[in-house]
Amino acid sequence: MLNIPIKDYFRETKLFNARLTVAAAVAGALILLLAVRLAYLQVVAHKHYATLSQANRIRPIPIPPVRGLILDRNGVVLAQNFPVYTLEIVPEQVDDMDTLIEELGGLVTLGEADLKAFRRLLRERPRFEQLTLRTNLSEVEAARVAVRRPYLNGVELQARLQRHYPLGGLAVHALGYVGRINESEMERIDKSAYRGMRHIGKLGVEATYEKLLLGDVGFEKVEINAHGRTLRNIERVAPVAGKNLTLNIDAKLQALAEQALGKRRGAVVAIEPRSGAVLAFAATPTYDPNPFVNGIDPEAYRKLLDDPDKPLVNRILNGQYSPGSTIKAFLGLAALELGGFDADKPVTCPGWFTLPGDRHLFRDWKKTGHGVVTLHEAIVQSCDVYFYRFAAAVGIEAMKNFLAPFGFGAKTGVDLPGESEGILPSPEWKKARGQPWYPGETVMTGIGQGPILATPLQLASAISAIANGGVRMKPRLLRSIVDAKSKVAREPEPETYPELPLRDKHHLDELIEHLTGVVHTNKGTAYGIGYNAPYKIAGKTGTAQVKGVAQGESYVEKLVPERLRDHALFISFAPVEAPQIAVAVVIENGGHGSSAAAPVARKLMDYVILGKTTAPPQPAASENNE
Amino acid sequence: MNLQRLHLDKPLFYALLMLAAVSLAVVYSAGAKDEALALAHVARLLLGFGILIAIAQVRPEILERWSPYIFGAALALLLGVLTIGVIGKGAQRWLGLGLARFQPSEVMKLALPMMLAWFLGREGLPPRLWRLGAGLAIVAIPAALIAKQPDLGTAVLVLASGLIVLFLAGTPWRLIVPLLGAIGAAAPFAWHFLHDYQKQRILTLFDPDSDPLGRGYHTIQSMIAVGSGGFYGKGWLNSSQAHLEYLPESHTDFAFAVFSEEFGLIGGLLLVALYGFVVARSFWIAYLAQDSYTRLLAGAVSLGFFLAFFVNLGMVTGILPIVGVPLPIVSYGGSSTLALMAGFGVLMSIHTHRRIVEG
Repeated sequence: MLNIPIKDYFRETKLFNARLTVAAAVAGALILLLAVRLAYLQVVAHKHYATLSQANRIRPIPIPPVRGLILDRNGVVLAQNFPVYTLEIVPEQVDDMDTLIEELGGLVTLGEADLKAFRRLLRERPRFEQLTLRTNLSEVEAARVAVRRPYLNGVELQARLQRHYPLGGLAVHALGYVGRINESEMERIDKSAYRGMRHIGKLGVEATYEKLLLGDVGFEKVEINAHGRTLRNIERVAPVAGKNLTLNIDAKLQALAEQALGKRRGAVVAIEPRSGAVLAFAATPTYDPNPFVNGIDPEAYRKLLDDPDKPLVNRILNGQYSPGSTIKAFLGLAALELGGFDADKPVTCPGWFTLPGDRHLFRDWKKTGHGVVTLHEAIVQSCDVYFYRFAAAVGIEAMKNFLAPFGFGAKTGVDLPGESEGILPSPEWKKARGQPWYPGETVMTGIGQGPILATPLQLASAISAIANGGVRMKPRLLRSIVDAKSKVAREPEPETYPELPLRDKHHLDELIEHLTGVVHTNKGTAYGIGYNAPYKIAGKTGTAQVKGVAQGESYVEKLVPERLRDHALFISFAPVEAPQIAVAVVIENGGHGSSAAAPVARKLMDYVILGKTTAPPQPAASENNE
Repeated sequence: MNLQRLHLDKPLFYALLMLAAVSLAVVYSAGAKDEALALAHVARLLLGFGILIAIAQVRPEILERWSPYIFGAALALLLGVLTIGVIGKGAQRWLGLGLARFQPSEVMKLALPMMLAWFLGREGLPPRLWRLGAGLAIVAIPAALIAKQPDLGTAVLVLASGLIVLFLAGTPWRLIVPLLGAIGAAAPFAWHFLHDYQKQRILTLFDPDSDPLGRGYHTIQSMIAVGSGGFYGKGWLNSSQAHLEYLPESHTDFAFAVFSEEFGLIGGLLLVALYGFVVARSFWIAYLAQDSYTRLLAGAVSLGFFLAFFVNLGMVTGILPIVGVPLPIVSYGGSSTLALMAGFGVLMSIHTHRRIVEG
């Protein structure tokens, strides 16, 4: 290193020192620049920034709005807000937290979850804020705390509004419920709209109309000091309550439907054909939504999940069933409408059907056969062979194209989240799944078996189209939106689907005549509800196989385990002349549509048309449970 | 205590102790009087001073001999970060090492000048053209690796610390001027290689009010803190901008904003003067150094420290874009404090191991 000649050493030193001087000068200049900048910000522009800093001390404190009520069409409250007592603590006013919590534990029940949540708040929130220790105090607990409160520093008893469903599980599958906002929702929502709020609509109408029900957050502007403590209130912007929603549902009819289903698993949908208004939306079993509001405890939730009857499943929206013979109501019209099949020519029904060149027997439900049947008899007696022949004659594509405008294989567009589409199969549909289409599947589709699946809502919507002269209305739960303050109601217009593309409108009348025969002629499969009906009902029964019956085997209901018994279906509307109600009933493992499902529909019709209730509905008022 | 025998430079050492004291006061206030945080900071400062004293004992000749190896190791660590780095704050800067996590890019701030000083010092100065070219490559590789993490602030500082050595070594002006021109011309092209957020930071510098709650937020809130401090300041522990959580990263990158709000222009100027003193003293050490290696290294450490300080204050006072560069020594933060302290250790070693004692 030091083997450099002395001359070079001095040259190097000179060079380096020159460079160092330049660097030092630049550094000095920049430091001066900083000093000038500081002086500018802190002296010249001080006033400006002091004002801005002051503005930063105005903090808006959100005031949550009252969530809109949900009412039935007659004003019966289905969802409301209920004041609940919460126990809150201001940590900085507490002398000894452990002693205090111990004492409070003697007044109210404090679970491990409550304490855990509180300790987390204690760590995360400023010590001058009110932190929740327990929600949902009972009257007794609140009273005990109130009495002791003068001696307990830092303890506050607050009444806060909480969502409550006074009728418990009634119409729960339509209403849904609100629950605590979870992390994924937190990312999705506009956080400013939910300031100060902890709940959001999770399911059903509560979720669909979340935006209307929510309301606008109000603010209290307060001045705070440098440490965040409130000094004074400056301004208050009142919150705007959410809109009240009136549903098309009639709570009494709903209760009637749920009672009619009783302990059976099933679904009943009643629709007003001309408007699409959903009058009843009953799926059983139901469950009480109230525990979900503040987070159901895991054990109770597990119990609901593990229940073999699956109460959490929305059978109306997501239950996908083989339509069984109810499909004949629509394919009967197809028989009149489509070419390739002569509906005027009677068919001989020997009790079975085969495809040419195939030995597979397609059996009729009536082993001995129906003899020579016309279309009228085929629908009234639900002759399978007639429709096997029809299906084989027109083919799957024609059936698919005919059924699609009724809404099969597509969402009905009801105002509820998470609807299933059902399946309207076709060779392309199976090909997309890598499977070939078998000619036998065409035949089975003729009687609503095979891959075809529909939800109860789709069935109700489809039969409504027939009741409404070929115009299908979009099913809707919402009747009107009512401003909570002005009470001004706004009724959204009914929405319609394109009219059924019928060749001859008289075919519809002819079909309805056949469907009326199902209920009102003594050979009709639903004569059991028709013989004494004071008004005319059109309908079609269905029995959907759950268990495959092998060739050469026969189905004996009593010998089959209950869960594998057939599903009972019935779709119908009444009065035939001017339909007021269309009903679809599905009862899981209920046996026959005629005996199990049809009487349920009759009860609903009696109520709507005659104003009669066979059993006075008593909606079970659920306790605000702890 | 005889600091000279401990191989410490008395004025520089005391100035650093004062910075550490300021640091404690700021971190305690900005960190919302979090004692655990303050204690962790004390521990880190102590460790920093330990490293400083330890390095001060090492003779510069040994440092010189080890320079290439230290650089090689730092480069390996950087590559390690890119491949197995722990993702912290969306960027791969941290290398998990059992208990501690640290940023290898901070090590590079010292390792790169050491490498260059070694490389250029092997021959007489000014270096010949091929050495300059090779030197540029030595600078470019680690800077590119750090920019890729992406950590624009540190990349620029590392790049600068390398270019400083090349400048001090006597790169002819006839090369520097066209180079600066080329950089100016290339800037629009370099723009395309920036991440979107990096572009935004530069854009908002020119017009912070264009997006007051978004990209301009940090700059505006920082300027409010500084400006509202006024001449005398609001007093210790009274920074409303930090306590009401308007200032992001108040105890790290924006520590000076908190300090200015609480201690006003008087405090701010005193602190700037203190930094100015540290920089000046470091320059003096470089001036007194006796051979190429120690001169270049001391000069680079001094200017590197100055640059970090300037970039941070520039960002806090709104004259430079927001880049994540902490305020040297004062900001809460591990790797950067330790790296800086190591640099000062090198300075002290250079100063106290001179053969001819200063007259």
